[in-house]
Amino acid sequence: MNMVASFLILAAILFCIGLYGALTKRSAIIVLLSVELMLNAVNLNLVAFSRWGIAPNLTGQIFSLFTITIAAVEVAVGIAILIAYYRSKGTSDVRDMNALKR
Amino acid sequence: MIQQLFDNLIAFFGDGSNILFLIFALVSIGGAVFMLNLSKVIHMVISLACTFISLAAIYILLQAEFVAVVQILIYAGAITILMIFGIMMTNHRELDQSIVRPLHQGLVLIGVIVLFGVIFYAVQQAVFPATTVDLATNNTENIGVQIFTLHVIPFELMSVLLTVAFIGAIIIAKREED
Repeated sequence: MNMVASFLILAAILFCIGLYGALTKRSAIIVLLSVELMLNAVNLNLVAFSRWGIAPNLTGQIFSLFTITIAAVEVAVGIAILIAYYRSKGTSDVRDMNALKR
Repeated sequence: MIQQLFDNLIAFFGDGSNILFLIFALVSIGGAVFMLNLSKVIHMVISLACTFISLAAIYILLQAEFVAVVQILIYAGAITILMIFGIMMTNHRELDQSIVRPLHQGLVLIGVIVLFGVIFYAVQQAVFPATTVDLATNNTENIGVQIFTLHVIPFELMSVLLTVAFIGAIIIAKREED
């Protein structure tokens, strides 16, 4: 088996676990953490293709650096929204976050 | 038949990078699965930090040393600590009881398994040429040169985005006094 396929399968497994966690977990922090896991799987894909892809060069690694930056920004804003929500509502359960639905 | 199987196994385990890949892949998948199954929220964050660190080791196997160091700095350092701060400031005593909606969970599980099946089939069908490239020598220097020549506009946009997002995060999380 080609070497790149094993990295892609590992990334697919991590992405699926992250998707399952993001859709089923109750705590909002764990949902954020699952989204981070999905972003990490995408990063693994980028770095694997920068090593074993059709035209291997450094661009995949640079793109994964940008993705890591976006992930850091996302988690900072997410935690800030979570803290503000907890301060006003007193819970961090995602099932209670339906104020826009009512 | 059996001889060929053993030859394949010897060829696989004779290469050190394959063994390292196997170990770190198992550790990262195990960390992610423990994240799904543990009951305390803080234990979930610790097991996912384990996943992030072993992914950094896999990046080193892929000749991406700088990305591996950034992964440890940002994910295992900053994001995990930020998550722990978030847990401590919200509900650090609450256990995560997720078995409340079995139908919902079953549907999500079926969907995720179907998605994995589609990706697995696509990866098995795809043909990648066996190319060799040396990305390891002067990795950090080459990344720096490329960022400041070829990718300088996304780099500057990223700095603006970071500033805007962190100011926004401070304003969102600030206590409203009125």
